[in-house]
Amino acid sequence: MKLDASIPDGPLAEKWDRHIFAGRIISPANRRKYRVIVVGTGLAGSAAAATLAELGYDVQVFTMHDTPRRAHSIAAQGGINAAKNYANDGDSIFRLFYDTIKGGDFRAREANVYRLAQISNRIIDHCVAQGVPFAREYGGGLANRSFGGAQVSRTFYARGQTGQQLLLGAYGALMRQARLGRVTIHPRQEMLDLVTEDNRARGIVCRDMRTGAITSHAGHVVVLATGGYGNVYYLSTNAMSSNVTAAWRAHRKGALFANPCFVQIHPTCIPVHDEQQCKLTLMSESLRNDGRVWVPKNAGDTRPPAQIPESERDYYLENKYPGFGNLVPRDVASRNAKQQCDQNKGVGEAGLAVYLDFADAVKRDGLPAILRKYGNLFQMYEKITAHDPAVQPMMIYPAVHYSMGGLWVDYNLMSTLPGLYVLGEANFSDHGANRLGASALMQGLADGYFILPNTIGRYLADCPLPLPDTTASLFTAETKKAESFITKLLAVKGKRTTGDIHRQLGRLLWDECGLLRNGAGLGRALAEIPAIREEFWKNVLVPGTGMQLNQSLERAGRLADYLEFAELMVRDALDREESCGCHLREENQTEDNEARRDDANFCHVSAWEYRGEATTPVRHREPLVFDNVTPSQRSYR
Amino acid sequence: MAKQKIDITLQIWRQENPQSQGSFQHYSLSGISTGLSFLEMLDVLNENLTLNGQEPVAFDHDCREGICGMCGAVVNGRPHGPEPGTTLCQLHMRHFKDGDHLVIEPFRARPFPIERDLVIDRGSLDQLIQAGGYVSVNTGGTPEANTIAIPRETAEQAMDAAACIGCGACVASCPNGSAMLFAGAKVSQLALLPQGHPEGRERALNMVKRMDELGFGNCGNERECEASCPKRISIRHIARLNREFIKAALFSE
Repeated sequence: MKLDASIPDGPLAEKWDRHIFAGRIISPANRRKYRVIVVGTGLAGSAAAATLAELGYDVQVFTMHDTPRRAHSIAAQGGINAAKNYANDGDSIFRLFYDTIKGGDFRAREANVYRLAQISNRIIDHCVAQGVPFAREYGGGLANRSFGGAQVSRTFYARGQTGQQLLLGAYGALMRQARLGRVTIHPRQEMLDLVTEDNRARGIVCRDMRTGAITSHAGHVVVLATGGYGNVYYLSTNAMSSNVTAAWRAHRKGALFANPCFVQIHPTCIPVHDEQQCKLTLMSESLRNDGRVWVPKNAGDTRPPAQIPESERDYYLENKYPGFGNLVPRDVASRNAKQQCDQNKGVGEAGLAVYLDFADAVKRDGLPAILRKYGNLFQMYEKITAHDPAVQPMMIYPAVHYSMGGLWVDYNLMSTLPGLYVLGEANFSDHGANRLGASALMQGLADGYFILPNTIGRYLADCPLPLPDTTASLFTAETKKAESFITKLLAVKGKRTTGDIHRQLGRLLWDECGLLRNGAGLGRALAEIPAIREEFWKNVLVPGTGMQLNQSLERAGRLADYLEFAELMVRDALDREESCGCHLREENQTEDNEARRDDANFCHVSAWEYRGEATTPVRHREPLVFDNVTPSQRSYR
Repeated sequence: MAKQKIDITLQIWRQENPQSQGSFQHYSLSGISTGLSFLEMLDVLNENLTLNGQEPVAFDHDCREGICGMCGAVVNGRPHGPEPGTTLCQLHMRHFKDGDHLVIEPFRARPFPIERDLVIDRGSLDQLIQAGGYVSVNTGGTPEANTIAIPRETAEQAMDAAACIGCGACVASCPNGSAMLFAGAKVSQLALLPQGHPEGRERALNMVKRMDELGFGNCGNERECEASCPKRISIRHIARLNREFIKAALFSE
């Protein structure tokens, strides 16, 4: 299979405009004849659904939540990047493009990332027009702050709730279209499978999470905006119900899965505090703007932070990376935190944390100014830990946060299955091997508001108009399959709960396929995952029935897919014998223990093809070509 | 604060489906770490119930960071429990002591039918937003973001209102089952910002009318909503909704 990314010709800055012009447009009168199924209502899904409805398409929206406003985009705290250069500090579209592609360690497509930077400014315009209450300067203009991996101030924010405000903007747009009757919203529906015909996406199969009823829905196009797979690790900053099921089912139906091993470990999370904990909480990276990261200079120093004098503190990021200091990219910050803890300099009960200290910032700017920026974050931290960061330093530790990998898409955001588009975190496209802070919101909204609405016509113009009949065997066979899958889960009646087995899988992945990886460990994980999967199908205990609201059943179905997906993730990690982006492959590091990328052998996207349960998946490669930037060894020193 | 282990008893509303008659069931839990969140405590209960061959308690939750608005239950008579400004997922067991008895029931209001146990249907809040809780602007046709200057203080006040997470605690705590704080927060946010002005009149009239149609009551100035709001949204936003409504009604054609 040859992967064609459909990158348009021409100079980088003109590609997107040329592509739109060369594309096909469906005439306004015809648009209502085309039905678009959108699965997921985070930033990407809501933005796409609202915009497509504004254009006149018949949009059917499916969400597993009770309302479209709950998706985990809502939890993004820090902000959204745009190349407005309001700060007059030398920012430009090209600089945002360069920072993003460099931050991703040169494992993303130039054309995609440049387009993202171009669109970034229009996103801010649009969100302001929607009434998103961004932070402002005294003069009434929009305020910016700086963020990890960048030396300019280009991040727009609404306190520490930027994701919430942007999502509510998109949700409002969606509600407006629902009222106008152009969007039908199907709440509490979990997509269980993709329906394909002649290698085209034709519809989906869903389970009504209230009644258990399984139904199918036909559409000309299926759009997956179903988020990332970080919960495969059990403990992550993702929402509890974030899952890989929709993406994985599409993968099993023929959509290639790209770079599954690229998972971001976020440096500033609240450390694990309890055995029975099921979720990690992120503290926005924006805190590193004013917080200083440190550990005691001497290993094993257990004094409380206030009793450790300045001379016995090691501000290791500032010392090691004077150019960027506390604002080094996420992978560098995470890895260094882990290394400090491995040297027994970690703090907190378990020694698995480092300090993030605001004392100097409070001295410099005064507490009110600091609280204005981070008040809700301080509050959140205090609620969980019972410590006030205004009085004593925060403790932070890395945690799984974001999936850069996802379903492979071309420049149009279409997967290898014609008619199946993938948006937001669910696709692999723009962040390479590491995502810069404040870029996820930008990508989700760019995909939904501006890209898909301009590329969908290319497919629809040649798509057969009659919708397939959902009572025909194509669809009924799929709903039967989904029903028997549920029956099979309920029939195991074993002795272990889903949570118990998921914890076992998560621990294995965190140990062997986390921040630091090596061939031997990955090999072990690859051998162990099928055994856990076997244990699951022999010994899982799912109470209740299929025809009722059954949260245990929902979780079990998701874990079943994670147990298949985990194997692919580890296989991809094993295959990528280089240190890159978020991950240090221990066999590939420089003399001073920094990551060593291998451009000669790994300057490509790995896209995996499903070949059946008993067959090894096949890896395809999309080479990455850099005409406008020179891949450099990242150095933040 | 050092972690402790506590024993508690629970009295939880169990209801099979929207049609069935629900009732309280009693459970006891021992050795609960005070480091756990309230929902993690329910996870432990559910793990125990599952292993004992019983059906776990259904409850809504997702982000567990206090922002998605999905979780919520009434604990000892208070929506989201005893701590002010806190969602149920951000409530921690260190606020309870050994031997405590906790009565846990769903948010109750006529427009919030129960789906199962503690899970309710809050679709009525979506319908309320559909009546005008947005700015009618299509993607693309918008001016440069800094075209209109907005005073910092105004943006901050709008943000105070916009912080609403749509959990429904305000409705559940109100003796009248009113959604005035929810609607007021949205109307107020958009009334404060110039972008919301062109549709201000219709928004206030339509949202209030829709609120009545959906079966929400009116505000009786009890202020329970403000006290139970996990985002501490002030009833000043109800006052602004009232002003917007009166202004719109007086000048209507």
